[in-house]
Amino acid sequence: MLSQHSPAVFQEEFQMTFATSCFSVLPFGMNGIGGIGGVSIGWRPIVALHIPDGFLNLPVIGVTWVISIALIALALQRVQAEYQDRTVPLMGVCAAFIFAAQMINFPIPGGTSGHLLGGTLAGALLGPWAGSLVMAAVFIVQGVLFQDGGITVMGANIFNMGLIGTFGGYYLFTAIRRSLGRNKLQSMVVASAVGAWVSVMAAAFVCAIQLATSGTVPLGVALSAMLGWHVLIGIGEALITVATLTFIWRSRPDLFFHPPRRSAVSVAQPYSVR
Amino acid sequence: MSQNAVQIRNRLVIFGGLGVALAIALFVSPFASSDPDGLDRVAGDLKFDEKEAAEKPAEKLPFYAVFDEYALRGAPEPIATPLAGLVGTLATFGLAWGVGKLVVRGKSHSEDGSQTEG
Repeated sequence: MLSQHSPAVFQEEFQMTFATSCFSVLPFGMNGIGGIGGVSIGWRPIVALHIPDGFLNLPVIGVTWVISIALIALALQRVQAEYQDRTVPLMGVCAAFIFAAQMINFPIPGGTSGHLLGGTLAGALLGPWAGSLVMAAVFIVQGVLFQDGGITVMGANIFNMGLIGTFGGYYLFTAIRRSLGRNKLQSMVVASAVGAWVSVMAAAFVCAIQLATSGTVPLGVALSAMLGWHVLIGIGEALITVATLTFIWRSRPDLFFHPPRRSAVSVAQPYSVR
Repeated sequence: MSQNAVQIRNRLVIFGGLGVALAIALFVSPFASSDPDGLDRVAGDLKFDEKEAAEKPAEKLPFYAVFDEYALRGAPEPIATPLAGLVGTLATFGLAWGVGKLVVRGKSHSEDGSQTEG
């Protein structure tokens, strides 16, 4: 199924996985098929965890902007020092994929929806530094072009989903993968699933703290409500991350930031005749 | 593998990856759920959604004349969102590529390893 490299196969794979992930979290049928197949006219995808203008107060806005700008500056420096120019096209492709995937809200039980954040995906392929730059690019385009995520709170959005999601996802992914065996597909799958789920929970946790610190909503209810929904949204994140990374592992394992070593890969899927 | 074969394989990643992203933006976006997302839902449940700024700063930008959230203004309803997705995907691709190009500029190509230091 995954032996070909054509985009069509990838797309089919993605859609299939996407559909599976939708159905698998829909046992209660609250959105029913209508949420997936019903092309309702007049809706607008508005995206999860993207804080709009007005939810955060000035101190929280200021602190998150300062941290985000500092980390982006550091990321630019590290990318300049450590990355080769072959990384550049992969940054573009990763950013494009994450932007497109973020448009696709999947329904979760209870009349809510979620979508991919992509931090763990970006980190696994590009490492935390180039990965967080890619995530920042996604949020800038969403905020500036499409009024999705506030402009004044963009620092917070980059901090929560771009930096926490990418660094948290990357380090957890790498640690779990190393401990289970760097060259095994199974350990990559476990590592990316856990990394993706935890990174979404971490982003939701930090978002709740910011809302509470801003006096928008009390901490207790913010935490339980945000984490409650994102337990499920994180499962969607894990499914999409695992499906995408498994496809890349089988077709182009060298694209991973820490590629599996060749001997182990050629057993799983010989991809070059030598 | 020869240098040429490597180049072809890398182009396949770029065009294949970008093609998948564009296909998602164009063909899957009409099927996205319109339910409120995690934060929207919480904001509604906990009654702090009215704190959202009535006038978004982003609406002061020239892009607001072109896009009403993820919909291209003036386009027929069924294709307004796919077209916005197409533009957004290409813009994100260009921005990330451009940033990468500017930062990594002028380094020699090396075949092995993605890092020069540990």
